[in-house]
Amino acid sequence: MSAAAPGTTFTLLMLPFLAALIAPWLTRRLGHNAAWLLALVPLAIFVHFLGFSSEVANGEIVTGGFAWVPSYNVSFSWLIDGLSLTFVLLISGIGALIMLYSGGYLKGHVQLGRFFSFMLLFMGAMLGVVVSDSFLMLFVFWELTSITSFLLIGFDHTREASRRAAIQALVVTGGGGLALLAGLLVIWNITGVSQISLLLILGDEVRLSPFYLLALLLVLGGAFSKSAQFPLHFWLPNAMEAPTPVSAYLHSATMVKAGVYLLMRLNPVLGETIWWETILPVFGGATLIVGTLLAIRQTDLKLMLAYTTVSSLGLLVMLTGFGSERAVAAAVLYLVAHSMFKGALFMVAGLIDHEAGTRDVTKLGGLRKAMPVTFIAAMAAAISMGGLPPFFGFLAKEEIYYALWATDLWSLAFVATAVIGNGLMFVIGFAVAIKPFFGPKVETPKHAHEGPVLLWLGPLTLAAAAFVAAVLSPYTHQLISSPMASAVAGDSQTVTISLIPHLGPALTLSLITIVFGVIVYRMLDRARDAMARLLAAIGWGPDRGFDQVISGAVRLSGAVTRVVQPGRMDFYMTVTFIMIAIALFAPMAIYDEWPDMPTWPADAQFHELAVFVIALVGLGAVIYARDRLTAIVSLGVQGFAVALLFMLFGAPDLSFTQFMVETLAVVILALVMTRLKLTASDHRSTQEKVLDMSVSLACGIGFALFLLSVTQQPFDPFISEFFAAYSKIAAHGTNVVNVILVDFRGTDTLGEIAVVMVTGLAVLSLIRVRTNWNGVAVADNDPDGREEGR
Amino acid sequence: MEPVFAILVGALFTVSIYLFMSKHIIRVLMGAAILSNAVNLLIFTAGRITREVPPIIGPGVDTLSASAANPLPQALVLTAIVIAFSFFAFLLVLGYRAFQKLGTDNSDEMRVAEPVNEPAPPLGY
Amino acid sequence: MRTVIFRSIAPYLTSLMVLFSIFVLLRGHNLPGGGFIGGLIAASALAIYGIACGVAPVRRAIHFHPMAISAFGLFLGAGAGVLSVFASVPFMTGLWTYPTLFGVELALSSVLVFDIGVYLVVVGAIASIALALEERDRD
Repeated sequence: MSAAAPGTTFTLLMLPFLAALIAPWLTRRLGHNAAWLLALVPLAIFVHFLGFSSEVANGEIVTGGFAWVPSYNVSFSWLIDGLSLTFVLLISGIGALIMLYSGGYLKGHVQLGRFFSFMLLFMGAMLGVVVSDSFLMLFVFWELTSITSFLLIGFDHTREASRRAAIQALVVTGGGGLALLAGLLVIWNITGVSQISLLLILGDEVRLSPFYLLALLLVLGGAFSKSAQFPLHFWLPNAMEAPTPVSAYLHSATMVKAGVYLLMRLNPVLGETIWWETILPVFGGATLIVGTLLAIRQTDLKLMLAYTTVSSLGLLVMLTGFGSERAVAAAVLYLVAHSMFKGALFMVAGLIDHEAGTRDVTKLGGLRKAMPVTFIAAMAAAISMGGLPPFFGFLAKEEIYYALWATDLWSLAFVATAVIGNGLMFVIGFAVAIKPFFGPKVETPKHAHEGPVLLWLGPLTLAAAAFVAAVLSPYTHQLISSPMASAVAGDSQTVTISLIPHLGPALTLSLITIVFGVIVYRMLDRARDAMARLLAAIGWGPDRGFDQVISGAVRLSGAVTRVVQPGRMDFYMTVTFIMIAIALFAPMAIYDEWPDMPTWPADAQFHELAVFVIALVGLGAVIYARDRLTAIVSLGVQGFAVALLFMLFGAPDLSFTQFMVETLAVVILALVMTRLKLTASDHRSTQEKVLDMSVSLACGIGFALFLLSVTQQPFDPFISEFFAAYSKIAAHGTNVVNVILVDFRGTDTLGEIAVVMVTGLAVLSLIRVRTNWNGVAVADNDPDGREEGR
Repeated sequence: MEPVFAILVGALFTVSIYLFMSKHIIRVLMGAAILSNAVNLLIFTAGRITREVPPIIGPGVDTLSASAANPLPQALVLTAIVIAFSFFAFLLVLGYRAFQKLGTDNSDEMRVAEPVNEPAPPLGY
Repeated sequence: MRTVIFRSIAPYLTSLMVLFSIFVLLRGHNLPGGGFIGGLIAASALAIYGIACGVAPVRRAIHFHPMAISAFGLFLGAGAGVLSVFASVPFMTGLWTYPTLFGVELALSSVLVFDIGVYLVVVGAIASIALALEERDRD
């Protein structure tokens, strides 16, 4: 590597974020053709990272980065090994195609620029997740993908279904992210390292720790929610409310694989334990079966694909946790294959929707002649998904059966799971690729014809890539599969599977899968009805449960708010002051630090005591004054008494200021009050008076005792002595108070005069404002503009 | 003299808090004015009391004499007085405008922001 | 309150108070006084003038809007802090110079500039509040 390489890598990792900034502007200038320019961003990343492939294939790990918060040993650093590199290439390669596809799909959409911007943000975040070396960076980017996913799912924010799906995805994946953070912190606590590259060799330390299970469960919470594992799978099909490019990119090819990435990344650290090898296969297998069964039930092309994505993710989790080295290799192959064929199929589904106006599989047919290129891409992708040669999916499926096959009961159960899952996915793949294209021509809402190049370029390229990768499998394995499998397994691995089938259990299982798939395919309509009846019989599901949880939370918070915040100011005040009284008395009571009984000051002089008495009389008069002017004047009396006290006890500056302020306060209070028909007298009932008086007495006595105990402590004049000593020598002023204000603590004073000025501005605007909000209800959530006058 | 100051500070706090818990904004306002006095005097007293010798360095000497008052609390309180006054003026105008707009000075009747029978928050998305 | 006597003496009283406030401001560094007190005295002077003769004459007399004066004061205060940048010392460090004018040595400093800033902020803000309240009196 050249010396400039870390800078280049960093720049390229930041490039999507910069491109996201200029994307709206670019789209305003160029319209949907901005896609061609914006696709260069992921392309540049793809090319740059391809340059690492030879090093990584040799088993090297490329790292780099910068110190971020050195005091906490947190750095912005990246780690590129076979696993990261494969993900980076998938994200950037598919990303480039998706950018083009988005340009065609949302051509003419008002918010196309915003869409590009979100997509690029997501791309940057996702790249960040897979290259991050430090935990904190990983977490930040992880949550950023959740947030961008939220923005993209809710892109069509005028529909309630979109908003619901967006919130659901955010709650599930964002909440999982928090669990992940907690898990990473536990691992950090166990090992004392916060960098993945250092962590990878500390696996034993983590596994033997008593906190291992806690860390594992927390990390799995993050991974399972992100990768839509049963029973947290429900957000993913709902996320299909997003525009199709989003579904193809985030919700099949990349983001949902972040959970799988995390499991693979931490496999050398957390893996090879009984917990890992039980939880992962069981949840993965359950997800695989549930996903495919639910997929059978759907008629919407995107939903069918979404549920098979759920099951594919289940298969990946199952393989990752299975514990054998071949299973890891199978997971790696299947992950790459899945990104290609599922991305392609989603784009095909969007293309059909875009051109024919519907994506309901029962309302489509005979599009083969109208959309030949789409048909080719769809067929190629479906063949790969079905695990047939000569596509990459075939290699993956063979490897899966090699990996799982054994004659003990545990393995056989998973073999059966895999066969059923694969068979049903075979059915869905071909249902998507065949049903819309063959058969009699069905009248569609739009007159279907081939889409523009922007739309079919993506799926065709991905399908072709799956073919090339399979045919040139030795090179693919050398560049991608083997390094990645090595990174996941934690030691050197070589993947050898090729298109030439070997007679044996794997091939037999493949044949069984295909036969099973063909049978189900022929009776798809009946299977769909059966599933629909079954689901109707169950009724409740996690999806509906989510609604209940959310509305329950809203109701609960509403009820709590009504109790805690009844909207009565005197209630708030009473509670606040009761708390203050407790805060004053509790420490003295707990630590038994009551002040000593004070002695009467012998040096107290008559005129001083007179001022105190005046102040007390003024205070009493404020409370008991019958009319407002008396109250205001009494207020002035106690203020002047305080000013006199300042004067008598060595604070002439304070005294003058207090005099001026009290005068002004009385004047403006009188100015305003004479204009209001107000009474200053008390209107409280006796009961309220007693309560308020006891609370205020408690506070007052508390403060008096507090002050007494403070003054009975020895005085530490350290700071005051500093000012006294240096005021003249260093700051050339003899009025120490003023020197402190304008010199020693000048910056404080600058802030304080800023406050004074802002108050002046606020008063001025309050007086000038012409209110017009009377009678207008305040709606805080009114997206449809139902409110009058909007 | 500190115990006498403590008594006065306690009285100031008591009266100010008693006024604060009233429902009439004019009384709350006066409570705010007294509260600033209470806090200022608290800080002032906590810095210890000295009689009649202001913290001013006399001619011909370079440092403050030991008998002078503690300058630090005075500096803190000086800005506090001015800020408390601006804040008081703001509160006054706020109450005045609220009275003009709502026709009441009773805090119980000021329910624009938190209506009495506020509908439950929307349950949709 | 707008008696003839009050109205007659108010302008003189105000001028005297403003003069006194400037005196208090300038001696503040060495004797009791300073920007806060001076500012409050000047603001009270303007308020008295406003009560006696109405707000419009006050606004004419001070020419600028009170908040503009206040803002200029804040600018001056911040500027006095920034001055220290040119002397390569930390923000808000006091800088002193002793030019001799007509044979009298003057002590000029960034600290004095800052205190004048404080004075202007307080005059502007408090006078603005007082005048605004007095103005509402007549509508």
